[in-house]
Amino acid sequence: MSDLFQYILSGATVGATYGLAGLGFTVIFNATEIINFAQGEFVMLGGMLAVFAIRWAGAPLPAAVLAAVLGTTTVGVAMDRLTVRPVRGRSAIALIIVTIGVSIVLRGSAMLVFGKDAFSLPAFSAGEPLSILGAVLVPQSLWVGGVTLGILVGMKAYFDHTIAGKAMLACAYDRKAAALMGIHVENIVSRSFALSAMVGALGGVILAPITLTSYDVGIMLGLKGFAACILGGLGNPFGAVAGGVIMGVLESLTAGLVSSGYKDAVAFVILLLLLFLRPAGLFGRAHAERV
Amino acid sequence: MNAKAGAFLWGEDITLHFGGVQALESVSFRVKENDLQTIIGPNGAGKTSLLNVITGVYWADRGGVFLREQPLTGLPAHAIARSGIVRTFQNLELFSTMTALENVLTGGHLLFHYGMRDWCFRTHRFRAEEAALREKAEAALAFVGLSATADTLAGNLPFGSARLLEIARALAAEPRVLLLDEPAAGLNIRETVVLGDIIRRIVDRGITVIMVEHDMDLVMRVSDRVLVLNYGKVIAEGTPAEVQRNPDVIAAYLGEV
Amino acid sequence: MRPAGPAATLLIGATVIAVLPVLLPNEYYLTVLIVAGLNGIIALGLNLLMGYAGQISLGHAAFYGLAAYTTGILTATYHWPVPAGMAAAVALVLAVSALIAVPTLRLKGHYLAMGTLGFGLIVYIVLNEATGLTGGPSGLGGIPRLSLAGRPVTSDLAYYYVVWAAVLLCFAVAGNLVRSRLGRALRAIHTSETAAAALGIDTERTKIGVFVLSACMAAVAGTLYAHYVRFVSPGTFGFAASVQLVTMVVLGGMGSLWGGLAGAVVLTVLPEVLRALEDYDIVVYGLLLILCMMYLPGGLVEGVDRLWRLVTARRLRLAPPEDPA
Repeated sequence: MSDLFQYILSGATVGATYGLAGLGFTVIFNATEIINFAQGEFVMLGGMLAVFAIRWAGAPLPAAVLAAVLGTTTVGVAMDRLTVRPVRGRSAIALIIVTIGVSIVLRGSAMLVFGKDAFSLPAFSAGEPLSILGAVLVPQSLWVGGVTLGILVGMKAYFDHTIAGKAMLACAYDRKAAALMGIHVENIVSRSFALSAMVGALGGVILAPITLTSYDVGIMLGLKGFAACILGGLGNPFGAVAGGVIMGVLESLTAGLVSSGYKDAVAFVILLLLLFLRPAGLFGRAHAERV
Repeated sequence: MNAKAGAFLWGEDITLHFGGVQALESVSFRVKENDLQTIIGPNGAGKTSLLNVITGVYWADRGGVFLREQPLTGLPAHAIARSGIVRTFQNLELFSTMTALENVLTGGHLLFHYGMRDWCFRTHRFRAEEAALREKAEAALAFVGLSATADTLAGNLPFGSARLLEIARALAAEPRVLLLDEPAAGLNIRETVVLGDIIRRIVDRGITVIMVEHDMDLVMRVSDRVLVLNYGKVIAEGTPAEVQRNPDVIAAYLGEV
Repeated sequence: MRPAGPAATLLIGATVIAVLPVLLPNEYYLTVLIVAGLNGIIALGLNLLMGYAGQISLGHAAFYGLAAYTTGILTATYHWPVPAGMAAAVALVLAVSALIAVPTLRLKGHYLAMGTLGFGLIVYIVLNEATGLTGGPSGLGGIPRLSLAGRPVTSDLAYYYVVWAAVLLCFAVAGNLVRSRLGRALRAIHTSETAAAALGIDTERTKIGVFVLSACMAAVAGTLYAHYVRFVSPGTFGFAASVQLVTMVVLGGMGSLWGGLAGAVVLTVLPEVLRALEDYDIVVYGLLLILCMMYLPGGLVEGVDRLWRLVTARRLRLAPPEDPA
């Protein structure tokens, strides 16, 4: 019983990061209808940049976290300006290929710069692991939960109460109409890349103390993030986070009860099953596409 | 006697929502075989939505469309095309990377059904059917007067020619019903006159035409019957002359201006 | 430069293939060309999917690997005859690819890319984990040679001809497909699924069909690989390999069968020449993908075409003005 609870707790912690990756997909998809294949790389960069800000520059943890998030956000904006913008308006496949190209370049560069080892970040706060119903909860898990909730609340406020957030939603609803209403669509797209890189990086940073991070964690995190946002209904930020948590738990149960070697298969199986049975996601509603 | 006797294509009680927006509300219509039926109405009246329901792009929340006695409700778009209903698009949906002729050949996709063995080994059947298709495609291009541009990439055609190419592509499918979504939009006066002639000649070939159009001169000149939509509801139906005199129609249009 | 007729192209291709081994300085290059041919077969299929239908697969190396392992296990462990093992491998890939295609291609958008990415990773995990069956990370050996008419194909030269005959065959099939109503349907789907459906093209079925076909072509290459190298290990069939295959098609030219083939040959031969690349190769592939999409969406084929036009235009300008008679 306590084992089961343990799996659920650690699964939910890791799953929150999948949710944040999924949230990143959602933000860019809503503004551009692009699935950004470099989303997992944003998460990887968040963790790795923080690790190396400490190793190389001896930065204190908060400064390292800040640097990692800012650095990744810059990468996100640069990605939009330098690679995505020039191929906008071309066929969908051109955009996919470009984001795949960027993801490979980011991953390869990380390997060349940081090496192939796996690294860990110190926990955000010291303290004894808590014991709940016989399961152990490390304090970092509370950070993960707190930061994830914080991001969700911030996101809701951004979309509901700021002009920039509302403009982003307008783009999602109808790009042409948004442009006609005087919204600068290019800026919105850049902002969506920045926001999504920031969210991804935060996910990477808060997870790094719990699981190891290395240059190649981005592929899996990206795939799981995507599965999470399909699970929650593509385009629905809250669904993405909920989907991530559900996936993390299922994965952790698989690892604990079946085989740890196959735990990474869970995300994919869920993804395929969902696409088969409920493409609109658990919390989504099918809606007609405008022509 | 059945009220629908004589009707060829009809819709019953078609209702469509987008979220909270009511696009169509209990729309019914009847189109006689080989008529030119126009659908008019102010912007946002639901004209294109109705075309999209007929062609299976949208599925109505309620109600259905019938061709002869066959219900089309719930069929995917390609199956509706297979039953003989083919359309053009308001915002040109040409295959821009293919030549004009290739576009029209693609329009004839359903005419022949040679299989994998045929294309794989370029059998006699393959060559015979491709040759026949090509002949039909060239005829369709000639019909709209685009023979000279057969080898031009569709993406490089001037706007007026592109509109006609969409019509030729749809005609190559040898439809029973042709749906034209604002075929005159963006055309100049001279091009519109040519278009009107082409549409009349299409009807003369025995094809039933349903046209959504804003250009009232064209509508009044070529239509057999006119259906008027406003706020997703049918407000009038009749000959062009009848509709023109209808006070509700006048009010709807004045209200818009 | 007018494109030659299909029959003439095949004849020229066959001649080049027949003569090429004579010109090679040593046997090693033959091996490189065999691998290039295998990649070429996959690239041809992948090009039908990417260049014509406008869909993308990030898991083609997995189909390649799945087929190689299937025939490898059946013939090495279970002593099936080689042709039976190869046929079973292609049949398995056909079934598996259909299973992935049906849910992902039914939907619009980029689901296929993610679905195949996930599939590739899963196959990689299974190849590594199912040690009893696959030999795990250390691979599976003892795969018998390919036999033709009862005689095993032992020399590299003979295998070279076998592989490149398969390339020519696939090229002919793909070429015939492209010039049929199906080829037009694929290109139509690429530009506008809505319009394609409105003309009666069953977009879903067509996309599923071309995906399965291209997966099967990768499977054919996989079986030829297994019985040539006679040893398979997971590393050959990972995500990097799938990306390399996509890069071949993009670099060579999406929508041109010649281009895809050329891309496969260039990207197989080039790393052999530029040994220094090593760890950098994946970054180079990424950069190639981005730069091609930005500056040369038609790939090498477009590049050569542009260059040719530049040269001919210059020649025209340099020609002396004609004397008015």
